[in-house]
Amino acid sequence: MDLLEYQGKQLFARHGVPVPDGRHATSVEEAVAASDEVGFPCVVKAQVQIGGRGKAGGIKLAKDRDEVREHAEAILGMDIRGLTVHELWIEGASEIASEYYASVVFDRSAKAPLLMLSTKGGMDIEEVAAEDPAAIARLHVDPLVGFQDFQGRRLAFEAGVDADVVRPVGAMLAKLYEVFLSEEATLVEVNPLIVTPSPGGDGGGRQVKALDAKVTLDDNALFRHPDNAQLRDISAEDPQERMAKERGLIYVKLDGDIGILGNGAGLVMSTLDVVAEAGGSPANFLDAGGGSKAEAITSAVEVILSNPSVKAVLFNIFGGITRCDEVARGLIEAFHQINPDVPFVVRLDGTNDEEGRRLLAEAKLPNVHTESTMDGAAQKVVELAAAAEVPAA
Amino acid sequence: MSILVDSRTKLCVSGITGREGTFHSLRNRDYGTNVVGGVTPGKGGQDVDGIPVFNTFHEAVERSGANTAMIFVPPRFAADSILEAEDAGIDLIVAITEGIPAHDELRVFNTIKKNGRARLIGPNCPGILSPGKANVGIIPAAFFSEGNVGVVSRSGTLTYQIGNVLARSGFGNSTIVGIGGDPVPGTDFIDVIAMFQEDPETELIVMCGEIGGDAEERAADFIAANVSKPVVAYIAGFTAPPGKTMGHAGAIVSGSQGTARAKAEALERKGVRVGRTPTQVAEAAASLLAAAA
Repeated sequence: MDLLEYQGKQLFARHGVPVPDGRHATSVEEAVAASDEVGFPCVVKAQVQIGGRGKAGGIKLAKDRDEVREHAEAILGMDIRGLTVHELWIEGASEIASEYYASVVFDRSAKAPLLMLSTKGGMDIEEVAAEDPAAIARLHVDPLVGFQDFQGRRLAFEAGVDADVVRPVGAMLAKLYEVFLSEEATLVEVNPLIVTPSPGGDGGGRQVKALDAKVTLDDNALFRHPDNAQLRDISAEDPQERMAKERGLIYVKLDGDIGILGNGAGLVMSTLDVVAEAGGSPANFLDAGGGSKAEAITSAVEVILSNPSVKAVLFNIFGGITRCDEVARGLIEAFHQINPDVPFVVRLDGTNDEEGRRLLAEAKLPNVHTESTMDGAAQKVVELAAAAEVPAA
Repeated sequence: MSILVDSRTKLCVSGITGREGTFHSLRNRDYGTNVVGGVTPGKGGQDVDGIPVFNTFHEAVERSGANTAMIFVPPRFAADSILEAEDAGIDLIVAITEGIPAHDELRVFNTIKKNGRARLIGPNCPGILSPGKANVGIIPAAFFSEGNVGVVSRSGTLTYQIGNVLARSGFGNSTIVGIGGDPVPGTDFIDVIAMFQEDPETELIVMCGEIGGDAEERAADFIAANVSKPVVAYIAGFTAPPGKTMGHAGAIVSGSQGTARAKAEALERKGVRVGRTPTQVAEAAASLLAAAA
C-alpha cells in the first residue's frame, strides 16, 4: 500500500523524523484554517500518489490567507495525470540551502534492507542512478543485527554531505530505518531531504528536514498495524478494483477489451500474454484463486462485466485444487443472475474437466464457447472480440 | 534419482489438524509420501487418520525421525513455525502458506542462511513433486509421470499447465519444484538448477519465471557458467503494466526493473531457449531432447 505524502509525514513525525509543521485539509475553508495554524509563508500541496505534482501546478507557495484560498480553490478537484485531487496538505514553508536524497529500500536481490543517500536530491533518483551512479552512497543493513550508528555516519561521509550536518543526517537515517522496520514498510524515501541555511532557534546548528515522504507499506503485515490499515487512499483506487477487493478477488484493470479470468497468478499472467500473442488486448487480470467455489466465480463475472470496455470474456482454468465442475456451476449461476450480453470462451482442463464441460453443454448457455487448449481459447476469444460491435455509448 | 524429496523423505506437517492441512497431508500420504507426523501446539497425543500429532517440532523430530517439514499454518504463525522446524534440526522445510509479511520472510531467510543447516522452499509455493516417489505440497500429482524433465517454477497453476503440455508431448518429470511467488523465496532458481545439473535422471531443465525481481537474470548468468544440460525458459507477464502487483506479492514491475522482456532477453543472450507460450516451451523441450537423443 502506497501512502500519500501527508500520511507518510505523520508516520515520520511519530518516529521523530523532523518534518515541517503541517495540517491536512479537504476543503478551501479547512485549508485557510490550517494555514492560520502553521503560519506564513506556507505551501499548499495536492495529495495524490503520482510524481510531477509541482510541474502540474499542484504545489503552490502562499504568503497570506488570500493566496491560500486562491491556491486551494485551484488545486482541489484538479486532475493530475488522471488522478483527481481530493486532499491537501498545508505546511510551513522551509528555507532550503541543500537538497539531499535518502531512502530505505527492501532489496529483494540481496535479501536485506538497502540504505541510500545522495547529495543530488530534488530530482528523479533513477536519472541520477543512470547518469552518475557514484553520486549515490549505498549500504545494506543486516536484518538480524539492525541499523548501527556507524552506518549512518559512513553513508553521510561517503555521500559527501556538508560537514556540519553529518550527525543530523546520520540521525535521520537511523530514524528512517526505524520507520521502515517498525511500520513494516517496503520503501521509505525522502526526496528532498533538505538542509536549512541557518541554525534553528534551539541553539543548535543547521537543521535537516524531510520535505517529502514516499512510504510503501507491506499489505501482508497490516494485520499487525490496525492504524495503518485505515490509511487507504480511495481516490487512487479504480472503482472496479475496489469492488473486486471488497469481494476478495485479485483484480487489476488493464486497457483492452477482453475480460480474463483464471486460477493462479502465474497462469493468469500467462493467459494475458497468450491473448496478446494472438492479437488481442486484455481488459483485466483476475485471479479467482485456488479452490475457487461457484459463488466466487459468479462474483468475478460481475466484476469483469462492470468494465464497459469488455467485448468478450475468456475463462482459462487449469484445475488442480480448483475443480472444473465448480467453475462451470459458478458460470451457469452467473448467467442466470446477470444474463451477460458478451460472448464467453471457456477453457477447462485438469481436475473434473469432463464433468465441467458436460455441465456447460447441458446448460446450453447462449454465446458460450468451450475450448480444450489455452492457445485455441485465446484465438477464439480474440476473433469474438474483433467481431463484436462497439456497444452504443 | 530426483531432487529434494523421494522415498527417504519423512514428512512432518505443521498445521496438520487444520482443514487444508489434513486434506493435503492425507493426499500426500495416499501418493506414497512417508508422512510420519504433524505439529499442532496443544494437540499432541492426538492423531489425524493414524498420523501422530506432536506439540513441538523438537518432539516430532525426536519421536518420529522427521527430516522434512511442510508448513500449512496461517501467515501470522508461519515464520515462527518455519524457525521452529529449523531449530529442531529439520533438513528441508516446504512453506505453502501465502501472505507471510515481507519483514518476517527477511528474518527467516537470513536466520536459515546464517545457521546453514536447513533448506527452505517457498513460502507461497505449491511444494515439490518427484513423480513415483514423493509429493510434498499441493501439486496435483495425477498430471505428472516419471521422466527426465526437471521443472522449477515461481507459479503453481502455470507449472501444471506447462507440465500438462509436456506430458501431452510424451515427457515425464524427475522433480517439479515450486519456489513460490514471494519477494524473498528461501530457495532461488539457481539453487534448484544446480541440483538438476547434478541429478543423473534429469536431462533437460524447464524454468518458469515471471515479472519482478532479478532472479531470472541471475539464473541466466549461472546457467551460462555452470550448466551443461539444455534449459528452456518461460516468463509470464509480458503484458503486465508497471507498478501493479499481478497476484503474487513478488510479481511487480518497478520502474524499468523486472520486466518480462528484460528477463527473456537476459536468458536468450546466455543461450537459453525462451518459449513465448507454454506450448512453445513444450515444443522447444521436445526438439532439444530429440537432438540430444
